Amino acid sequence: MNEPDPRPENRQHLFDNPRNVSLVIRSLYIVCILLFLLDFILHRHVTNKWDGFTSFYALFGFIAYVTIVLVATQWRKLVKRKADYYDVDG
Amino acid sequence: MWMADLPAFVPFFIAALLAFLTRGWLRNLIILATPLLGGVHLWLDVTPGIVTTVPILEYELILMRADRLSLLFAYIFHIAAFIAAIFALHVRDTTQTVSGLLYAGSALGAVFAGDLITLFIFWELLAISSVFLIWAGRTERAIRSGMRYLVIQVSSGMLLLAGALVQYYQTGSLAFDFIGLEGISGWLIFLAFGIKCAFPLLHNWLTDAYPEATPTGTVFLSVFTTKVAVYALARGFPGTELLVYIGAVMTCFPIFYAVIENDLRRVLAYSLINQLGFMVCGIGIGTALALNGTVAHAFSHILYKALLFMSMGAVLYRAGTIKSSDLGGLYKSMPKTASLCIIGACSISAFPLFSGFVSKSMVMAAMIEEGYDYLWLVLLFASAGVLHHAGIKIPYFAFFAHDSGIRTREAPVNMLIAMSIAAILCVFIGIQPQYLYALLPWEVEYWPYETTHVLSQFQLLLFAALAFVWLNRLGLHPHEMHAVNLDADWLYRKLMPDTARSVYGFLKRTGHRIEDTFDSTLKDAARSMISTRLGRFNLAASWPTGSMAFWLAVILGLFLLADAMS
Repeated sequence: MNEPDPRPENRQHLFDNPRNVSLVIRSLYIVCILLFLLDFILHRHVTNKWDGFTSFYALFGFIAYVTIVLVATQWRKLVKRKADYYDVDG
Repeated sequence: MWMADLPAFVPFFIAALLAFLTRGWLRNLIILATPLLGGVHLWLDVTPGIVTTVPILEYELILMRADRLSLLFAYIFHIAAFIAAIFALHVRDTTQTVSGLLYAGSALGAVFAGDLITLFIFWELLAISSVFLIWAGRTERAIRSGMRYLVIQVSSGMLLLAGALVQYYQTGSLAFDFIGLEGISGWLIFLAFGIKCAFPLLHNWLTDAYPEATPTGTVFLSVFTTKVAVYALARGFPGTELLVYIGAVMTCFPIFYAVIENDLRRVLAYSLINQLGFMVCGIGIGTALALNGTVAHAFSHILYKALLFMSMGAVLYRAGTIKSSDLGGLYKSMPKTASLCIIGACSISAFPLFSGFVSKSMVMAAMIEEGYDYLWLVLLFASAGVLHHAGIKIPYFAFFAHDSGIRTREAPVNMLIAMSIAAILCVFIGIQPQYLYALLPWEVEYWPYETTHVLSQFQLLLFAALAFVWLNRLGLHPHEMHAVNLDADWLYRKLMPDTARSVYGFLKRTGHRIEDTFDSTLKDAARSMISTRLGRFNLAASWPTGSMAFWLAVILGLFLLADAMS
């Protein structure tokens, strides 16, 4: 199971450097902006009664994700129990 | 290679026996060669239309019914069994090896079953063989969980048998073809399939048991049981509209549990139900495109889900824990596993160029075609949820996030090979979907790569990822913590045992109270009896029997008197 790592402990890894982390996040921002703009440039044909308006998928993805996380956080307040809840009788 | 009409489960059952008797390299050879040769044989020799029957008494069991639907499931079962066998090659546990082979064989037996009795036999064998993969965890939790799993799985089989017998009684046929929800037999069989397919409220055996199995056992489990159920539903209930709604619920409710679950293999178990939801929707729609979508999605799902379970199995094997609150930063020790896990995450999230994209979109397109606009929106919502728990949460909390300080080794070579094969197939199906499409049972023209579809999918997923970054920055992302989240299994794991305990306690106390009250009353009565004149008669010496005999004589005397007077 727990086997020691043969490599030295003080080795610098990819995301130990905060610049690399911000590089990833900035790339995501740029790609998102491009995707948002592409909606105005490329012709995206309408497949149903929802996706007719511009940036439908971008907005839907963002809002759906936030909703899921926020609703789940509230749901946790209701259903969360101690880790040994089922192990204790009575 | 061997007879074309030899049922596909036979080599696996023979291999299980041989694996029981052998050890070392010979056993490894057997467990690798069986799915490999079996798969090649199936591909080269077995064509649609082959039927094998075995007479038992006056009845003929149809052990092999090969058509495009059953064959496609059999192909992917062979591929998955081969990958899972490589992943488990380091395991020196006869129980796991033998039960893994029996389990894979039973799944093949079930998909080729041409009648309901044969299906029932393999349905129950699936349950019995797979429970040993859970018990092989050898913890008390695993044993208890395995017991619950077994009870539920065997009950599903009993319902199937009951439904089959009712159908036989009503129609005189045990054929396993379209069943539909006509009459009691249809409903019984539907419920039996629904349990194995983890329908809402019947789903907790999956999230309860799969995370308790061994790191390698869960990979086997993730492949077979639920996909046999999907196959059975696709065979017996295509076009049953109720399934569209059941499927939509299945895609949605697990995503909320997956967000707050700490055990990453349990997150994947919830995610499995979410993916089954898409397949169930496709079966419910029932058009050729939808059913093709279901089968294609089952095919690609088996590969990426196995890949994700393998990567988490490798983490558990090396780090000794799979709780996301205790993990993080493992990309430093296990970079290859991390990369392979990300491929699985991209596939399940349905990023273009990965397998989930080319299969899930068929179900989504069929939904629009059939006018389920609102439910399509529900599935789109669920797709954003998939990105959260499987696309981001799994790789992020295991391999990145905060550094847990765990330093370990990369996964063993056999695990890396198994994960790599699954990852290559995920990408291959994603970029060359025509090969998978050519195998699908129905003839439909569909091509996923057109501008609108690719653009909209990228927008959906990357803006959802943007939401993750935003929520993380604001500190609104739920923290990972050691906890249990109540689900429908609370009913039988807590409410029912607690109610039974309190009812038993109440009855016991009441019994004692009644006993005490009667005891003292009877003693008082006896004392007062003895103190009367009657007490001096001999009858009182044996109070209960004596008085009973006396009063019986009096009653009989009265009856005789009454009879004489009438």
